Amino acid sequence: MLLEYIPILVWICLTTGVAAAILLFSHLIGRKRPSDEKLSPYECGIVPTGDARTRIPIKFYMVAMVFLIFDIEAAFLYPWAVVYRNMLFVGLIEMGLFMLILLAGFVYIWKKGVFDWED
Amino acid sequence: MGAATSFSGVSDMGLLAAAPFSAVVFFAIVVLLLDFLLPPGRKWVLPLVSLVGLLASSVLVTFLWGREVVGFSGAISLDRFSSFFDLLLLLGTALVVLSSFFYARREGIERGEYYSLLLFATSGAMLMASAVDMVVFFLGLEILSVSLYVLSGFFRDRTVSVEAAVKYFVLGAFASGFLLYGIALFYGAAGSTQYGAMQAMLSSGGDAPTLLVYAACALLMVGLCFKLGSVPFHMWVPDVYQGAPTSVTGYMSVVSKAAVFAAFVRIFGTGLAPVQIELSKVLWVLAVATMTLGNLAAISQTNIKRMLAYSSIAHAGYLLVALTAAGRAGYSSVLFYALAYAFMTLGAFGVIALLRREEQEALDLTSYSGLSTRHPLLSGAMALFMISLAGIPPTGGFFAKFYVFSAAVGAGYVDLAVIGVLNSLVSVYFYMRIVYLMYMKEETVGIEAPPSLAARAALLICVLGTLAMGVFPSGFARLVASSVSAIF
Repeated sequence: MLLEYIPILVWICLTTGVAAAILLFSHLIGRKRPSDEKLSPYECGIVPTGDARTRIPIKFYMVAMVFLIFDIEAAFLYPWAVVYRNMLFVGLIEMGLFMLILLAGFVYIWKKGVFDWED
Repeated sequence: MGAATSFSGVSDMGLLAAAPFSAVVFFAIVVLLLDFLLPPGRKWVLPLVSLVGLLASSVLVTFLWGREVVGFSGAISLDRFSSFFDLLLLLGTALVVLSSFFYARREGIERGEYYSLLLFATSGAMLMASAVDMVVFFLGLEILSVSLYVLSGFFRDRTVSVEAAVKYFVLGAFASGFLLYGIALFYGAAGSTQYGAMQAMLSSGGDAPTLLVYAACALLMVGLCFKLGSVPFHMWVPDVYQGAPTSVTGYMSVVSKAAVFAAFVRIFGTGLAPVQIELSKVLWVLAVATMTLGNLAAISQTNIKRMLAYSSIAHAGYLLVALTAAGRAGYSSVLFYALAYAFMTLGAFGVIALLRREEQEALDLTSYSGLSTRHPLLSGAMALFMISLAGIPPTGGFFAKFYVFSAAVGAGYVDLAVIGVLNSLVSVYFYMRIVYLMYMKEETVGIEAPPSLAARAALLICVLGTLAMGVFPSGFARLVASSVSAIF
């Protein structure tokens, strides 16, 4: 049974081997002439400014979280839409309940001021 | 696939099986939104509505008692076993809510989220007790755990509380990983995530159980033992119990533990029952280690919440003795123990939540010195809970231990029963120390116990429950026996 997985093992060895070889040879053979410019972190080709570890407003985090929740909602809607014809009324009630619960969550975050961007 | 037939009607989906915890979810949402409509002085409505929800759900469970419904294509099952645990979990939550009336207001956490999360956690716990499918069980566990991660960090401005939440979350997520891996292997071995399929596969004869089954068992056990706080996965328990709000600590040690034991009994008692003999060797070691470490470590604690945390580890050990014994007697004693433990532990945490010293919670053991002079009733109740936790008659704790150890002896584990009884002797020392401090020592100045009717009502229920289980144990024993007979 395990023999079926031999190609995957070969593939893993091959890919890690190639990657390691590229790094190793460029390290051994390549010429190194470091300068300040070359050693600085790459930031879209623009000269880097400041520290990356700054404080970010919590609102971005909130928006990301809200996005995630409503994105998952959409992920549930698609498979439901596919089998809707088979489920009909039962499906409609189930999805209605699901949307109602989500709506309650929406009201909650609205009242909590997640969408309130003015300080 | 016959999608048309599987969705053909409401009646054959078994929606009734989902009714008890759906009611709790509904009220959790109501409480969450109700919070915005209430002016700051009216927040006491929130625990009231939560209580109504818990009551509604328990009425529903009582009404459906004895019915057997398997819902959602064999994912959840409503039977006497799940109904018993539903009632136990609802009762535990109601007691926590009752003592929160006062505690939450005083500590400044009286918000909709607090009660709402308590209800959500309870719905998850109820889902675990009625799950007969690994995926649904995991879903319930995560609903419970995620709510508890948040609840244990509810004192946002106290370092201990935030530390507790982060510790609980990181380690809990890690344990969930183990559990999920176990579920994946379970599926690999049985070809289905349902407990029944595993049982059918294992008891169909033919080949001996493969390595895959044992690997699945081991990983499931690691995940479950973490959630129980059993040695060697107990490290988080003292820190989390100490840091979390006291009402939440009581909730964690009773409700979440009862739910995990319910799932444990269902998984290892039905799905994996054919390999129970092999698994009991591992459970034997876990039980001994858990009892011994819990009781020995509790001796040296000076903070009462930490002491009760180690005591809760020790009690998980006694319950593991019952799981090792297995069989109808063993599993019945798990149910009996869980109920007795709910009364005495929630009572003890209820007393702790009430006391206050120098504008802080009175958590130091010395705070209990001479408590009986000023608060005779309160210290009387506390003494009763301590006596019950130590397992001395005429309390529920005595008969809980009695049934566990007699089940162990009945299953041939005399050694385990002896170690258990010796452990109980050790535990008498640190439980009785509280009683000694309350009655024999000089009074500590500045201890306040504010009059709160709701909290006292919760304590009264705990006292009556502890005494009733100690004086009339046979009625409760019949109840748990009939509940367990529903799944075996």
